[in-house]
Amino acid sequence: MQLDEFFVTGDPLIYGADVSIILSLIGIIFVLTKYKKWKWLWNEWLTTVDHKKLGVMYIISAVLMLFRGGVDAMLMRAQLTLPNNEFLDSSHYNEIFTTHGTIMIIFMAMPFLIGLMNVVVPLQIGARDVAYPFLNAVSFWTFFMGAMLFNISFIIGGSPSAGWTSYVPMAGNELSPGPGQNYYLLGLQVAGIGTLLTGINFLVTILKMRAPGMTLMRMPMFTWSSAITCVLIIFAFPVLTVALALMTLDRIFGAHFFTLMDGGMPMLWANLFWIWGHPEVYIVILPAFGIFSEVISTFSRKNLFGYKAMVYSMVVIALLSFIVWVHHFFTMGADASVNSFFSLTTMAIAIPTGVKIFNWLLTLYKGRIKINTAMLWSLAFIPNFVIGGVTGVMLAMAAADYQYHNTYFLVAHFHYVLISGTVYACFAGLYYWYPKVFGHKLNETLGKISFWIFVIGFNVCFFPMYFLGFAGMPRRVHTYAEDTGWFELNAVASVGGVLMAIGFVIIVYNIYYSIRYAERVKTGDPWDGRTLEWSTPAPVPYYNFAKIPDVHGLDPYWQIKKEGKQELDIEEERLEQIHMPDNSGVPVIMSVLLFIAGFGLVFEWMWMAIAATIGVIVTMIMRSFDPDEGHHVEVEEIKEIERNVRRKED
Amino acid sequence: MKQIKHLLLFSSLLIFLSGCSALPVLDPKGPVADAQKDLIVWSISLMLIVVAVVFGLFAFIITKYRERPGHDSHEPDEMEGNKWLEIIWTVIPIIIVILLAVPTVKTIYELEEAPESSKDKEPLIIHATSANWKWFFSYPEQEIETVNYLHIPEDRPILFKLSSADSMAALWIPRLGGQEYNMAGMLTEIYLQADEPGVYQGRNANFTGEGFTKQQFKVYAESPEKFQNWVNKTQNEAPALTQNKYDELLLPGHVPRQTYSSTHLQWVNHAKNAEYAIKARERQGYNPEEAESH
Ligand code: HEM
Ligand SMILES: [Cu+2]
Ligand SMILES: [Cu+2]
Repeated sequence: MQLDEFFVTGDPLIYGADVSIILSLIGIIFVLTKYKKWKWLWNEWLTTVDHKKLGVMYIISAVLMLFRGGVDAMLMRAQLTLPNNEFLDSSHYNEIFTTHGTIMIIFMAMPFLIGLMNVVVPLQIGARDVAYPFLNAVSFWTFFMGAMLFNISFIIGGSPSAGWTSYVPMAGNELSPGPGQNYYLLGLQVAGIGTLLTGINFLVTILKMRAPGMTLMRMPMFTWSSAITCVLIIFAFPVLTVALALMTLDRIFGAHFFTLMDGGMPMLWANLFWIWGHPEVYIVILPAFGIFSEVISTFSRKNLFGYKAMVYSMVVIALLSFIVWVHHFFTMGADASVNSFFSLTTMAIAIPTGVKIFNWLLTLYKGRIKINTAMLWSLAFIPNFVIGGVTGVMLAMAAADYQYHNTYFLVAHFHYVLISGTVYACFAGLYYWYPKVFGHKLNETLGKISFWIFVIGFNVCFFPMYFLGFAGMPRRVHTYAEDTGWFELNAVASVGGVLMAIGFVIIVYNIYYSIRYAERVKTGDPWDGRTLEWSTPAPVPYYNFAKIPDVHGLDPYWQIKKEGKQELDIEEERLEQIHMPDNSGVPVIMSVLLFIAGFGLVFEWMWMAIAATIGVIVTMIMRSFDPDEGHHVEVEEIKEIERNVRRKED
Repeated sequence: MKQIKHLLLFSSLLIFLSGCSALPVLDPKGPVADAQKDLIVWSISLMLIVVAVVFGLFAFIITKYRERPGHDSHEPDEMEGNKWLEIIWTVIPIIIVILLAVPTVKTIYELEEAPESSKDKEPLIIHATSANWKWFFSYPEQEIETVNYLHIPEDRPILFKLSSADSMAALWIPRLGGQEYNMAGMLTEIYLQADEPGVYQGRNANFTGEGFTKQQFKVYAESPEKFQNWVNKTQNEAPALTQNKYDELLLPGHVPRQTYSSTHLQWVNHAKNAEYAIKARERQGYNPEEAESH
């Protein structure tokens, strides 16, 4: 392979990206060296096993990926604004919507939510860390390295272009040779390890590490939603792993699982993909439901209405999500009985979803609704998600879906559920829990401005797309003729897209602004919260709880506040040593090796893949012989830290 | 007052209808698309009720219970849940789902067969084969084949037999009905029918790579006599399709419209042979890796 084939050449956009990547790398290295921060970076971040720091790194990565995916989106909108536009040709456009979809779901939505889970779940259940802190670091670093592997395709070798669904035979070697599609397979494979480990880790954490007295039915709703999400991950992700492995065998090792030649079965891919893919969309919505439940309850100053119904409805949604996958290909010619069955199961999901909507409304009902940025995102979620939900039901009607499938109607549906569900939740969660980690709030004025611009932009962008669907515009076309009549609606959508981009920039600016100018919060409980995370100081000490709280009911912290705070007082003489896990450099090294192995496979350089895989195995062996007994935080140190953080509060 | 109401109703109807001609899915020209439109309109109406109820409640609750400075700041009472309310809002969605499910299932079964209105007529069989990035329409009984356009008689069911030479595509003619996948080595079938003569836009709706956007075709629906004339003319005047010519057409790319007086079904039915296109391309020295680098 020649160098000019290795690097993507001939495109000013990509040269621009090359230059900016190199400049920012030089900049980072310079700053780290100048301020002697290398050691700090290694000790505090790269080797950390602290769930809060891992959570922060997840969220930072997710915001970066939101930026990358957002740039893709802007490019697509630019291309579609005018008919017969030649800004992007079809092969570029195809690469861009493929990376957009994949990045947004796998490398933005999921990590953002997992980041929030990392920060919040142990605090909500009164634990000092997750069940397997080391594994948690492995999760983060494999996700991060998988994301990097996927992203460098842009400048090295070329991006995948078969859609985030990567349907075969188009995505197979016979029709899409070259490294692009391999990046998809290996990027997702490496990141998938991390997701599966997170699923196991958090399920065990939630089942085994709750504070005394916190029965299952006393868990905060976000913790419940995380637990159910973990179950979905544990059952769904192995399917993706296998599907990706089979396609990798096809492409790199000449197998014939999905090929046209030698009796491959392309339809098998579609089935495997969606057996994972449909639960996946619930993996990114259930935690969002959890976040909205917390925020809405806190800022209505009421407990969540119908707590039990909320839990059961999530369980039902999770179960149903495994028996609806065929609705993604009603048009594959299955029997009427099959399509009818999957229509019914899919529509059935609307029932528990409807129950949840009414429970949120009733939580607001007769409350004292405080409107701030976190609450605005949660309130906007309700009407927007209802639009996404009812159009989901319309899509579930197979006979009608023959007309909607593969059109902008579908594009509108899933953006209405994914943006007003998942993305609004990420922002709500960010504003809500930010002070817990950083000790200051995000600015409310900027928050509200960005909220309105983004939400209006979102609706202006995606609502017209329902009509583009009725107008017969298929998804994934890179341009359209003037006589199609699609121009006006597309132009409107692009305006909305620009507004969303402005909203996003203001949100990011707000983080910078608040770090510089915001006042420190005086207490660990800036919102008058209800659940245990608010009983800790802000920022939280690394061991979370000096004393593990006792739980007597739902919303335990609210209860404690009502009954007088004595229960939380730290009696210094009764403090005990705290056992905490040690940092480890193994996860990051192991993940870098996985990255190298993946990169070798992408280009079919077996020597590299084999050498790096051996390296991975060596790190595993090293880990197995590491006694890793952790360390104890002495009572004196705890006293010192607690006095400091509590003094601020009074 | 009443007049104003009527005027409002009437004008909104007008707007809706005039909008429809620009919205092919809601402006059907055949019984299949018609059945689908009925289902769509029915579901939209029900869903609008749902949306209206939820939006109404939402707007009421957040205006009424919004915290206002200076307003009484009582602590809201905790509410556990309410059995009856919860039963009501579980049952109502169930009823709505049933109201949608029944016509859905009925229509799914209906669309498996030729439309009721033309049950007595023998369907016209057309094999529609997709190959990157073009459409072959073979009329086995008439022994003609067209590329990237087709003629059909009106008021007669057309049974499309779908398959693909390579990527999975989807045949979609919005004004005549919804889409169905074309897959290599697989046969899928779909009935469509035109009730009015006209030229309808058809296309591949399922992403197939570089040339996907332009993989379109036109459908000419015409009276049975006109159709028969076209068939006769084609049989007499168009050249026969040779295997060499066909293999050449299978190379990935776009080709202009063509017409032949024989079909490729003589030597290959892609519904039964998934390998043909790959091998034909190999025979002609086509290398996908070179085509890939742009
Ligand atoms: C009331 C609940 C929902 C119903 C009934 C529903 C129904 C459907 C149906 C039938 C499809 C397939 C349509 C087609 O391909 O023609 C679909 C696609 C999709 N849905 Fe939903 N949905 C619901 C909620 C959600 C949620 C909560 C999410 C994610 C947060 C979601 C994300 C998606 C995505 C990403 C696709 C398209 C995937 C693709 O083809 O690329 N949906 N939905
Ligand atoms: Cu689905
Ligand atoms: Cu098939």
